[in-house]
Amino acid sequence: MSIPMYWRTSHQRLALTGEVCPTCEAKLFPPRDICPHCNSPAKTRFDFCGRGTVYSYSLVNVAPRGFERCAPYVVALVALEEGPLLTAQLTETDPQDVFIGMPVEMVTRRMREGSEQGLIEYGYKFRPCMERAEA
Amino acid sequence: MRDVAIIGIGQTPVSEHWDISLCDLAVQAVKAALLDAGIERPEMLFVGNMLSAALSRQQNLGALVADHAGLRGIEAYKVETACGSGAAAVRMAYMAVAGGACDVAVACGVEKMTDGTPEEATAALAEAADALYEATHGLSFVAINALLMQRYMFEYGYRHEDFGPFSINAHENASTNPNAMFRRPITREQFVRSRPIADPITLLDSSGIGDGSAAVVIATGELATRLGRPVVRIAGSAGATDSVAVHDRREPLFFSAAHTSSQRALAQAGVTAADIDFAELHDAFSITAALSLEACGFAPRGKGVALALGGEISRQGRLPISTLGGLKARGHPVGASGVYQVVEAVQQLRGQAGSNQLPGCRLGMTQSIGGSGANIITHILERIS
Repeated sequence: MSIPMYWRTSHQRLALTGEVCPTCEAKLFPPRDICPHCNSPAKTRFDFCGRGTVYSYSLVNVAPRGFERCAPYVVALVALEEGPLLTAQLTETDPQDVFIGMPVEMVTRRMREGSEQGLIEYGYKFRPCMERAEA
Repeated sequence: MRDVAIIGIGQTPVSEHWDISLCDLAVQAVKAALLDAGIERPEMLFVGNMLSAALSRQQNLGALVADHAGLRGIEAYKVETACGSGAAAVRMAYMAVAGGACDVAVACGVEKMTDGTPEEATAALAEAADALYEATHGLSFVAINALLMQRYMFEYGYRHEDFGPFSINAHENASTNPNAMFRRPITREQFVRSRPIADPITLLDSSGIGDGSAAVVIATGELATRLGRPVVRIAGSAGATDSVAVHDRREPLFFSAAHTSSQRALAQAGVTAADIDFAELHDAFSITAALSLEACGFAPRGKGVALALGGEISRQGRLPISTLGGLKARGHPVGASGVYQVVEAVQQLRGQAGSNQLPGCRLGMTQSIGGSGANIITHILERIS
């Protein structure tokens, strides 16, 4: 990812900032400005809470360039609490402990070894939900 | 719209062609197709290709291939829809002839995957996915399809070994196709013990990448009849799109673009899925073949794998698929595969498929997919007796 591509999407990568459609109320991540469900303009900012469940997952053994030294690693489709699916790596879990339906939460992690133009890329990964005291 | 036929086919074997360039591969296929058609100079050329920029540092393939094929001066374009680029080139040529822009056009698909390292090829293939929100997370193209397969197995209760018939059938059919990359059968045991690429997808769930080129000459039905060639009509041609990113779909296990494009193509041909004698589907992975069968209406949802387990996809079954090896075992030179499918369907319909010949077939479907279900092009081919 180049520096402009990263800079332009930093709110998404670091804060899960998406949009909500004012017409059909669908929550959208990543943001796309036109709701794919009702085709209305959707530019209202919406911050996702960062919790969800694993919809599907895969253990990547053969990695693309830039991720070779991270392999093997787990990637997943995560169903966010607010509705949409997103694609991310899972972290802080053994691959054999992952299951469909597993509750996960967003954390900020370094994304890959090295990168284009010297940029150190940070972004979201998901880990199993930590135990938390009820308020 | 004018009646349109395929009057010439050409192909190179799919292989690691270390000694042949991207351009020369395409030229071989184009010249072979023109020779088969008995045509010297088409009016237009469409070159389907995905990876020439990333792996061979070459764009502008329309002019390049036209020039080197001895066709300097004709109108020519590169067409790109990721792994479906070849089928898109066929559709462009079809539209050009059907719409009256020209009487004879060539569609060629070419891919030269050994010009880059395997890691470069893996990264370049991931460009078929969403660059910002899929590939940046380390998802290979295999991994994206593995997410679909894992969920499919979860929802419908299949085990990994249940997908074996797709790969075993493809290898069986490739074993007698001289143009195929993997000309050897595989056993169920080999399938079960294959090494993982992106779990649950193993090496033997996956098509093999390679170098290759295929081409077809497309002309008006009137010209085809006048030339006295064996006539294969393009009875239906359609394309449709879905989101590029799998996470942007509400039903990731349903290839809606496959459904839409196949329904449109079948309707144009005036037939239904039940009338189709064989299908060359996009079996880039075993899961892709299963989802395609379901979206096209050959099997109910969740039953694509059951269809294969029941033996219905073999050459003796109700709906033979991958009759000359498919992407799995003929090989998947990505931007060329969509044209290989059409060439192979024409071989079947003309009765030129050798020991893989399906007796008495009249209607074939070809379907090619760009990305993980994002851009899907379907053709219905019909033999005219």
